[in-house]
Amino acid sequence: MKSTEEVTSGEFAGTGPSIDVERVRRDFPLLEEKVHGRKLAYLDNAATTQKPRQVIDAMMQFYTSGCSNVHRGVHLLSERATANYESARSRLRRFINARDDREIVFVRGATEAINLVASSFGKAHVKPGDEILITGMEHHSNIVPWQVVCEERGARLRVVPINLAGELLVEEYEKLLNPRTSLVAVTHVSNALGTVNPVRHIVEMAHRNGTPVLIDGAQAVQHLRVDVQALDCDFYAFSGHKMYGPTGIGVLYGKERWLESMPPYQAGGDMITSVTFEKTIYAKLPHKFEAGTPDIAGVIGLGAAVDYLESLGVDRIAEHEHALLEYGTKVLQAVPGVRIIGTAPGKTSVLSFTLEGVHPHDVGTILDQEGIAIRTGHHCAQPVMDFFRIPATARASLALYNTREELDTLAAGLRRVAEVFN
Amino acid sequence: MSDLRELYQEVILDHHKRPRNFHKLEDANRHAEGFNPLCGDKIQLYLRVEDGIVRDAGFEGSGCAISTASASLMTEMLKGKTEAESEALFEKFHDLVTGKSMPDSASLGKLAVFSGVREYPVRVKCAVLAWHTLRAALQGSLERVATE
Repeated sequence: MKSTEEVTSGEFAGTGPSIDVERVRRDFPLLEEKVHGRKLAYLDNAATTQKPRQVIDAMMQFYTSGCSNVHRGVHLLSERATANYESARSRLRRFINARDDREIVFVRGATEAINLVASSFGKAHVKPGDEILITGMEHHSNIVPWQVVCEERGARLRVVPINLAGELLVEEYEKLLNPRTSLVAVTHVSNALGTVNPVRHIVEMAHRNGTPVLIDGAQAVQHLRVDVQALDCDFYAFSGHKMYGPTGIGVLYGKERWLESMPPYQAGGDMITSVTFEKTIYAKLPHKFEAGTPDIAGVIGLGAAVDYLESLGVDRIAEHEHALLEYGTKVLQAVPGVRIIGTAPGKTSVLSFTLEGVHPHDVGTILDQEGIAIRTGHHCAQPVMDFFRIPATARASLALYNTREELDTLAAGLRRVAEVFN
Repeated sequence: MSDLRELYQEVILDHHKRPRNFHKLEDANRHAEGFNPLCGDKIQLYLRVEDGIVRDAGFEGSGCAISTASASLMTEMLKGKTEAESEALFEKFHDLVTGKSMPDSASLGKLAVFSGVREYPVRVKCAVLAWHTLRAALQGSLERVATE
């Protein structure tokens, strides 16, 4: 069922010299930190990535020598801040190959992007009796906003099931599409499992049904090249802080015709053309959806993160992470009692696992004492945990700066966990 | 590793592997459900209280070593205690694991093995889940208890 494009996103054609990890690590000041007196092995990148000096410096520079509001003043600083802010928008547009800068809306993160669409698209286009289609591997942020919309609009939420490898049942998806389906909301990459969904195919099928598609790209943009025009998706949401950018900033991409058809999400300054007490005319895209003073420093930092990713090359990053994933899978499987959850072919660098006889929370506490940072819990994806009939998993998620040594440390740490418990 | 042994003491590991009173009480007259949304720990607590005295206690559920051992030791300790004594023990246990004060070990009995939890603030919720559920059961609350 996979189109050529999804397959290439999971495979890695040679694209020149591979990443010099030791050099790259020097860009990330935090990686030098010690934890409980140990060298830090930061393996919680699906929660948030660390930030390179280039991002930190760009934000610092804004606050130390360029701080001003945007889209307002006639003075030099404001002009400069506006130019930097809008230049970041253009870089984000190029990063995901959107057609026009007007299709890039800055929001607080993927969660706010999805909420914006749920609220605004919901008001304009979801009618009583309609259906919104999501999948069994969504993060809570791509479940709860739709439950709210369904309740408000009298619509029904439907869920495409997954299999034990953590893959979407595409045939079930096709069966669930029907004339009442007003929107499909699907994650590009599962945060708990790493599964890469065949989103191109999902969009194609939905469009054949006359249904627009929102893709949650929070776990995708940092791992594989995203081209929203090639995907032909109608909305694409992602966060800055999971792609080496600052927290509190993210992007909603929306096709112009959809964004034009939707009412503002928030109202206030900066989103208007004119205001009288009788009538207010909203600003043009994307400003219609950016009420109030935006997170200017965040946007500038996010622009720097895009530059950083592109200087390394997303394909080379993917190649590095894929090699790490293979190695990590091997060393984890060699630890007695480890069961890897999520085994879809071509998945991103996420290793969700359980250790027999030990709760993930205990695993996390003991690994922390060894300087290893992983995530434990349900990963804001309780339905996924329920599906696998487990309360939680431990999750190691790898980024461009991780090394084989860190995975060896993880495997050794897990053997120590077993020691404590036996 | 020495720090970890403070947290994962032998008694705790033993009660994690072989939890005591790990069953439903068919003749329970108090019951409450506890849930820790942070880690997914769940507990069903059953009590048989007669004349203000806890005659029997049992629990079911899934959780980490700390929460399972805490529930197991708690059910052991409760039997024969009055409701007021059980409530007082809750306070002492809470003080112990949050590090608020160091209650005398005589009154805590075996529960003293949880003293290491104070060094792990994120694990306090695991230790107190069973106890919050106990309070709800004693108060006859029908609401699900959640620690977060």
